Amino acid sequence: MSRHSLHVTVNGEAHAVEVDTRRSLLDLLREDLALTGTQKGCDQGACGACTVHVDGRRVLSCLTLAAQAEGREVTTVEGIGTADELHPVQQAFLDCDAFQCGACTAGQVMSAVALLEEDDWSTRDDVRELMSGNLCRCGAYPRIVDAVLSVRATQEA
Amino acid sequence: MHPFTYTRVDDVEAASAAVTTDAVSRAVQGPDDTVFIAGGTTQLDLMRDGVWSPGTLVDVSRLPLADVELDEDTLVVGAAVTMADLARHEAVADLDVLRDSLLLAASPQLRSMATVGGNVLQRTRCRYFRDPEVTQCNKRRPGSGCAAIEGTARTHAVLGVDAGCIAVHASDLAVALVTLDARVRLHGPDGGRTIPVADLHVRADVDPARDNVLAAGELVTHLEIPVPDARTGYLKVRDRASYEFALTSAAVVARVEDGILAHVAVGLGGVGSVPWRATRAEEVLRGQRASLALFEQAAAAELADAFTVPGTDFKPELARRTLVRQLRDVTEVTA
Repeated sequence: MSRHSLHVTVNGEAHAVEVDTRRSLLDLLREDLALTGTQKGCDQGACGACTVHVDGRRVLSCLTLAAQAEGREVTTVEGIGTADELHPVQQAFLDCDAFQCGACTAGQVMSAVALLEEDDWSTRDDVRELMSGNLCRCGAYPRIVDAVLSVRATQEA
Repeated sequence: MHPFTYTRVDDVEAASAAVTTDAVSRAVQGPDDTVFIAGGTTQLDLMRDGVWSPGTLVDVSRLPLADVELDEDTLVVGAAVTMADLARHEAVADLDVLRDSLLLAASPQLRSMATVGGNVLQRTRCRYFRDPEVTQCNKRRPGSGCAAIEGTARTHAVLGVDAGCIAVHASDLAVALVTLDARVRLHGPDGGRTIPVADLHVRADVDPARDNVLAAGELVTHLEIPVPDARTGYLKVRDRASYEFALTSAAVVARVEDGILAHVAVGLGGVGSVPWRATRAEEVLRGQRASLALFEQAAAAELADAFTVPGTDFKPELARRTLVRQLRDVTEVTA
């Protein structure tokens, strides 16, 4: 079995770990670092439940080798807010009733946080398009779009 | 997933030296093979499915190949530039065919991972290729046959194919690139060469087991994309509104002068075993007076020899209509 040593910063905390080269970033987070907020949905890059930020960009942790995260800054849903002080996107998901079962929510939230950092969109249709990498089997899409738009409205106010 | 060794290289010379077999050009790789990995979005999936099992991965994602430069009328794009970064770059803001081929592909997450070099080298999405339990696949096991011929083939190719393999090349970007007469710069152990993107891929009806013409150690380092003095556009037709591969697509580059098609280039996606440059359609169009009747004649000529199976019999007509509509929209000729 081939192993690989790497350094990665997750939610501001530096980690030095040795992993099987086959380890995905998703499994590194969940299994080695016990950060289970990031969800494993399809494990093949189709559903977006595993979305995290790497150096500020939203990526699929299931299709990222842990080894490829060497030296990167990774942010997971645990890193954006706390139970007492939610991130504005998390609060908006609550306020807008933007989830039912919650399986996709961490990925939706991380995708939305990154989207709100981008400035090349404005409309409801833009949000639908730019959140299309995150599937929701409960079908909460209209309220997820509401949540994203409500945060953008607050940003602009 | 089979075990593999992972190494990262910091310069192009080291990357070329690390790969000594012609693994990259073959549709599948085995434990004796060393291959490059960049964004990894196709490769990890194929490795997890057991379709790909290279013994060594050489990570080229951090090579200094992440710049976009405009050199006179040619965009020079480093192979490690992500789809998202190229789509957002000011240099492509007015090059609709290129920008839209990027933004209509995949999802935001995948676009911020996948590199343009990897995109043009992506493997087919054929479900029979991607399932190692399927014994008939001439890409994976030359001579074994093609399970897609009598299978679910809605997303398969009708051009550049025969009964041996109907796998589609699913890249939208590559369709835009062949239509723009783009070139790829390659670096290999013996130095560099530059070839048209149109010569990079191998048609399924020529050799299904070989996906491209890369030699041992050859790495795509840059794309060279001429910016045309023409209007351009990319139309993608698919089963859902977003995050889906093309059933058909059309890339059009055209300049109309006094009603005449002074310059025209056409590509088709979702229908070819390679990114399809529609040269037959161009022959009908070039130098002629633009009209809907001409567009229909050109589209019909391109699809005349389409190879269909029951699952793909709707595609020639859909491709014809897609092409006519995009010719109409880019030229603004409505009669």
